[in-house]
Amino acid sequence: MASHVLLIEDEPNIAEAIRFILSRDGWQVSTMADGIGAAEAVREARHDLVILDLMLPGCSGLEVLEAIRADPVTEAVPVLMLTAKGQGRDREAAERAGVSRFMTKPFSNAEILASVRELVAR
Amino acid sequence: MRRPRAPLFLKRGSYRKRRLRDAARMLPVLGVLLFLVPILWSPGDTTRPDTARDGIYLFAVWIGLVLVAALMAPGLAGESADDEGEER
Amino acid sequence: MPFNILVLSCLAYVACLFLVAFLAERRAAMGRIGWLRSPMIYTLSLSIYCTAWTFYGAVGYAARSGLEFVTIYLGPTLVFVGWWLLLRKLVVIGRQQRVTSIADLISSRFGKSNLLGVVVTLLAVVAATPYIALQLQSVTLSFGVFASETPEGWALPDRDSTAIWVAAGLALFTILFGTRNLDAKEQHHGVVLAIAVEAVVKLVALLAVGVFVVWGLAGGPAEMIERIDASPIADWELQPGRWAGLIFVSAAAVICLPRMFQVMIVEDGEERHMARASWAFPLYLLLMSLFIVPIAVMGLERMPAGSNPDMFMLTLPLSEGQGALAMLAFLGGFSSATSMVIVESIALATMVSNHVVMPIWLKLRPKAAISGDVRRIVILSRRLAIVAVLTLGYLYYRFSGGSAALAAIGLIAFVGMAQVLPVLVGGLYWRGATKVGAVAGLLTGFVVWAYTLYLPSFGPGAALSVAVFEQGPGGIGWLRPQALFGVEGMDPLLHALFWSMVLNTVAFCAVSLFTFPGPVERMQGAAFVNVFDAEAAGPQGWARGRAEPEALLVMTQRILGKEAALAVFAAEARGQGKEGYLPDATPDFVAGLERRLAGSVGAATAHAMISQIVGRATVSVEDLMAVANETAQIMEYSAELESQREELTRTARQLREANEKLTQLSVQKDAFLSQISHELRTPMTSIRAFSEILTEGDLPPEMVANYGRIIHEEAIRLTRLLDDLLDLSVLENGSVQLNLSLANLQQLIDRALASASHTRPERVFEIHRDLPSENLFVRTDADRLVQVFINLISNARKYCDSGAPELKITVRQRSGRVSVDFVDNGSGIPKQSQGIIFEKFARLTDQTRAGGAGLGLAICREVMANLGGTISYLPGQGGAAFRVTLPLRLDQKAA
Repeated sequence: MASHVLLIEDEPNIAEAIRFILSRDGWQVSTMADGIGAAEAVREARHDLVILDLMLPGCSGLEVLEAIRADPVTEAVPVLMLTAKGQGRDREAAERAGVSRFMTKPFSNAEILASVRELVAR
Repeated sequence: MRRPRAPLFLKRGSYRKRRLRDAARMLPVLGVLLFLVPILWSPGDTTRPDTARDGIYLFAVWIGLVLVAALMAPGLAGESADDEGEER
Repeated sequence: MPFNILVLSCLAYVACLFLVAFLAERRAAMGRIGWLRSPMIYTLSLSIYCTAWTFYGAVGYAARSGLEFVTIYLGPTLVFVGWWLLLRKLVVIGRQQRVTSIADLISSRFGKSNLLGVVVTLLAVVAATPYIALQLQSVTLSFGVFASETPEGWALPDRDSTAIWVAAGLALFTILFGTRNLDAKEQHHGVVLAIAVEAVVKLVALLAVGVFVVWGLAGGPAEMIERIDASPIADWELQPGRWAGLIFVSAAAVICLPRMFQVMIVEDGEERHMARASWAFPLYLLLMSLFIVPIAVMGLERMPAGSNPDMFMLTLPLSEGQGALAMLAFLGGFSSATSMVIVESIALATMVSNHVVMPIWLKLRPKAAISGDVRRIVILSRRLAIVAVLTLGYLYYRFSGGSAALAAIGLIAFVGMAQVLPVLVGGLYWRGATKVGAVAGLLTGFVVWAYTLYLPSFGPGAALSVAVFEQGPGGIGWLRPQALFGVEGMDPLLHALFWSMVLNTVAFCAVSLFTFPGPVERMQGAAFVNVFDAEAAGPQGWARGRAEPEALLVMTQRILGKEAALAVFAAEARGQGKEGYLPDATPDFVAGLERRLAGSVGAATAHAMISQIVGRATVSVEDLMAVANETAQIMEYSAELESQREELTRTARQLREANEKLTQLSVQKDAFLSQISHELRTPMTSIRAFSEILTEGDLPPEMVANYGRIIHEEAIRLTRLLDDLLDLSVLENGSVQLNLSLANLQQLIDRALASASHTRPERVFEIHRDLPSENLFVRTDADRLVQVFINLISNARKYCDSGAPELKITVRQRSGRVSVDFVDNGSGIPKQSQGIIFEKFARLTDQTRAGGAGLGLAICREVMANLGGTISYLPGQGGAAFRVTLPLRLDQKAA
């Protein structure tokens, strides 16, 4: 059974790139353009992995992460966070909030694929 | 009136200055005494004319006062500025 | 000697004095006072103590009473030798309080009481009148000596007219040099110098006559002594009472006589000068007295019996055929008389105008202190007073008949002025002395003096009836004028002196003990008694802020004259660190001003005038002042603390603000770097991902094309970002090169609209423009301006959230500047964000991003700054509204 990945990314081009890479590897990928309602979506669809952009319109990636971790149903879902800012402060904040892995853009396709595989396999 | 604290011991210069002021205060008293001396002589010996002698005595005292005042004046003048603790 | 030559030489001498006085005045006016104020001149000016009474009268006195005449000079000698006791204090107070006369000093000491000023003035005028008459008489007598063929027959037919001419001439001279200016301090350099010259003349004349008598007539000092002992003078008996009393009264007179006070304190009072005078003036007196007895002895010996001994100074040389010497002696006597009259009338005129005329005038016209020409009034009143004083003197001379011996008149005046002494000394050394006490003492002394000495001097039956003399007023025996309380057989002069001084002092002390001084009185008392304590200086306290500086200036101008007043005020304003001519009316300034005015019009008048402006009632009603003064000080102190606290708070706030700004800047810098990182990495991520995908091959061609397009787009986005960043950096550094040209604003807006239409071309905007108003030429960098316009229009196209979007462009031209408003009909920018929209990366929302990196408005702001203009957000326009302003014509320099 193909694992279900939720991709939350506001940059359409990046979202398309990640979707293409993961789909080609056999993952089922849903995408969202902002963080509003993301936690509820995870709770309902029981995604195996959430890929989350830190900077999102509406509410930030951190807020989405906190919401996921706050819910007992979804707290165990691995979350891969992406950011383009690349500041140490953001990484620390994400780790405190319980991020599973933190990746800085840009990344190689192999990198993200390996991370996704690893996180789901855990 | 608040009285400025007067030092007990003064420098030699200041001490001299103060005694000079004392002298300046005493001088007119001395002058009065000397100028009143003729009163004592007057009625006594009328037999001998003594107007010239009296006159010479008065002018001598007068000259004496002028000289003493002239000697003291430079020391007294122009020190009102540093008039610290003048005794009153 | 022909009378004409005498008159001519007199006129020549007076003309000479005129010249001296005139030159001195001019020198002083040019500020080159120098030796005009020297101990030497000061000492010589004091010689007005030696009047014609000394010059002529002393010889007569010696002929009648032997050595007794010396007492008149021993008193002053003691006072000056002992200057450290009293005169020094008087001089310091006189300078500090800017005293104008003895009446002013007394009035000022006792709470600036005008009543006291009037009493002292009255006393001085009454006492001085016979004295002035005496001078007129002696000048007339001396004229007579020369005019008559025989020296004894000095009864000149036109004696009265001589006196009137002398009086008129003296009045003219006095007015010319005594009232020419109304200085801050009553100083008359010309008069003082003229008097110094006269002092030399009279000393030289007297010494010359003396030398002639001793060496020429007597044959040397030794012979002279023998002759003295052989002469009738040797029979003289010293009367102990008179001897001591006369020393005392002459000592009192030298302090209290108005003319002595004038030269000693008012004209040039300085401790330095006083120190020199302390011995030089007694020496002068000694020299003046030295040959008196020899001249008297020789006169009695040589002159025929019945000759007037008062005129021996002239008649002796004349009878010995020494015309030139007699002429010199005449000039000496003339000098003595004129200098006394001049200074005395100046002093009296000052007193009369300051204590009688001015108060009355101010009372009649209270508003005149501010509006009237006080200066003119003061000078006029002084001139009239001089004329009046001389007229009184002349009338006294005329009606007393000029028969009394010179010495007697002089002594009467001395005893009269001595009445001021108890009050003066008490005021200087006793803080408990009160105004009421002073008035009581002065009036008592005045009445007793007048009753026992002054009125009887006119002779029995003249002023007082013979009955009063013999039985007392109304038959009360113990009130007989020359035997008060039944004390009979006393010398009349001594009797009057004793009773007047005793009763005066007793009344003064007793009333002082039982009365209560007012606040001003007490402050002045403290200031006088403790004049050498620095802390006691500045006794007057005016409440802060009550006085209008402009009103004070106007009033000061009336008294000191325009330039002097402006100089005083400007100096004070500078001292306070203010520009212009109007300082704050601080209590210190007002007090200083009062003292300055007091130097012209007297303490009481100055106080009354200032009171009228400062708003306090006149001198008498001031019981609240001490309290008000203290309160003012406390308030001043707390206000000072308050302002210091405010200052500290302000500084702290500024520091906090600076710190916040720095923190903010640091945060902004971090945010900026973070933003740049984000803006760069985002397109890079897409490019990298898709380029890897494309590299791997095995893709359908349409996807290759699609992904290739994405890569291209993102590359363009990167390029644009880099362009913007570079642009911004160039603009911020101010190193941008502007291409200035004349451009039509309308065309520029057209261009901008055309370019901006590529942004979200799907949106249809309704554009409102007023073309005629746009039709103006601006000199600027057209491309840069269009860049700003494009940015604003694009923003409107991107962010205007109205269903039917509209954009209104309004152009206005005002005073060399052009403003262009861009207003859309969207929801605008929320208030809290309006402050940051011009910051870098201040994109408010990412929802409708159209390729911008959030640098647009930041660039616009920098562009406008480079174009010498501004860009700002206009709140409250019903949509997003931006205003661009720029100069109509931009110079290269301003760029």
